[in-house]
Amino acid sequence: MGLDEALPGADRHVLLVEDEPHIAEAIRFILMRDGWRVSVHAEGGDAVERIRDAAPDLLILDLMLPGLSGLDILAAVRRDAALTALPVIMLTARGQARDREAAARAGANRFVTKPFSNAEILALVRELVPA
Amino acid sequence: MAISALAGSRVRERRQSLGMRQAELARAAGISGSYLNLIEHNRRRVGGEVLDRLARALGVEPRAIAEGAGAARVDDLRAAAADAPPDLPGGVRPEIDRAEEFLGRFPGWAELLAAQHGRARELERAVGALVDRLGQDPHLSAALHEVLSAAASVRSTAAILAEGEEIEPVWRARFHANLQADSERLSAGAEALVAYLDASEGAEAPAAAAPQEEMERWLSRRGWHLVELEPGGAGRAALEAEVAGLASGAARALARGLVAEGAADVAAMPAAMVAASGGDPLRLAALAGAGVVAAMRRIALAPGAAEGLVICDAAGALTLRKPLEGFVIPRAGSACALWPLFAALTRPGAPIQARGEMPGPVPRRYDLRACAEARHPEGFGGPELRLAGMLILPAPDEAPGALRLGSTCRVCPRDACPARREPSVMSEFALAAQQARRAIGF
Repeated sequence: MGLDEALPGADRHVLLVEDEPHIAEAIRFILMRDGWRVSVHAEGGDAVERIRDAAPDLLILDLMLPGLSGLDILAAVRRDAALTALPVIMLTARGQARDREAAARAGANRFVTKPFSNAEILALVRELVPA
Repeated sequence: MAISALAGSRVRERRQSLGMRQAELARAAGISGSYLNLIEHNRRRVGGEVLDRLARALGVEPRAIAEGAGAARVDDLRAAAADAPPDLPGGVRPEIDRAEEFLGRFPGWAELLAAQHGRARELERAVGALVDRLGQDPHLSAALHEVLSAAASVRSTAAILAEGEEIEPVWRARFHANLQADSERLSAGAEALVAYLDASEGAEAPAAAAPQEEMERWLSRRGWHLVELEPGGAGRAALEAEVAGLASGAARALARGLVAEGAADVAAMPAAMVAASGGDPLRLAALAGAGVVAAMRRIALAPGAAEGLVICDAAGALTLRKPLEGFVIPRAGSACALWPLFAALTRPGAPIQARGEMPGPVPRRYDLRACAEARHPEGFGGPELRLAGMLILPAPDEAPGALRLGSTCRVCPRDACPARREPSVMSEFALAAQQARRAIGF
């Protein structure tokens, strides 16, 4: 699959921090097909450094990660002056209200509960990083 | 003896339950029918010789008429009122200061209200425990995460394959393989989750609600004694067979622990030794070379024992609650901080003997003996564990110098109590109003 700058993603960069390889693969596929450049990181422990280095246009962040939780990573991102405006979609298998509230408090722009629909993810990415 | 405002109502209730006519009772008690009528409508106080004669004629103890058996139930009603929602229709509030009157006039409705409130509290505890469990049980959380992750992958991958758009063969092959692997993972995860919940439902779920209450209800049904453990009794095995019938695993574990302690107590402190101690737990502990809390337990759980007992750990959690009429022990939340039990906790080995008065329209007095012990099961390097016990016995009403105690702050009327943690629903004012109504014979 080639990248096409005429597609909505326009080769902009989405960093996906997700430790489930098959979920990561599916999300990567649907976003790449929409013109987004997607890179995947599966570890929580060094995710903050990876985010700083990559400086993506949007971050999709799983809540339960090995090493460091998605909430802790998000808090570190929001403390970083260069990343405070980075749009973040939180992804979790635990759809409880308190997780949603914690993600909102930590500074997530949107919250998606697994299992999600591909169209939902795609719509959110397009909404948060408009053309 | 303090006489409750509703002693007359109890006379009428007892007479009617016996099928006696008013004239018959008046004749048997040697008073006029009109005087009995005034008494029964709480228009005249009854006491002294008349009370004794009425009680004799009705076949009850004078105290049962004077004070009733409903002090604890009145507290239950106040607790129900305390938990009333703030937005009752019409802006009305429960008439907390008239709980005793409500109980006297409508005992059936009062019992129903108290039972429903108790049930609601139990259910709230069960819901709270289940919510905690969903959030904190690592097995359940991991199992749910596994299932939801697999479901998310299956849904997303299947949607890609079902869209009908052209997919490069290498991606298609990868997604087919992923789908196969995730559907197997989903199936295994769901089975594991169902197996875990099935096992929990049978064994642990009810325990999450209130295992201590379940265990204490069992003890209460037995009259708060373990007579099987006494010489000539059916033995420990018979008790353990009974324990096996408790609904929850946690309650069974608690009951087994108590049976084991009871067996050790009986072996170390035979009935003759208990008698020789005169019911003094320190003397019994010294005679047996046992701990003072074990001695208290031995005394309070002996067949026919009148003593109430509370035992708490170093955090103040009440781990055993044998009630005594009128001395209300909270079923949830913290007990009155002024109980000698808690003073004893701070000074292991130092006996504290005190007389305490519990509040209410008919205040009751109790002799309280508390003592704590410290243990170091892991030696010098390990933690110190403390356990305190308090034996509770009725004291004469006239006994002077009693500590002003309560059950728990929420239903205690002592507004000015220096140990108050939270506001009460039962203020001194309400109590005074109740007493004033009684004084004018209302």
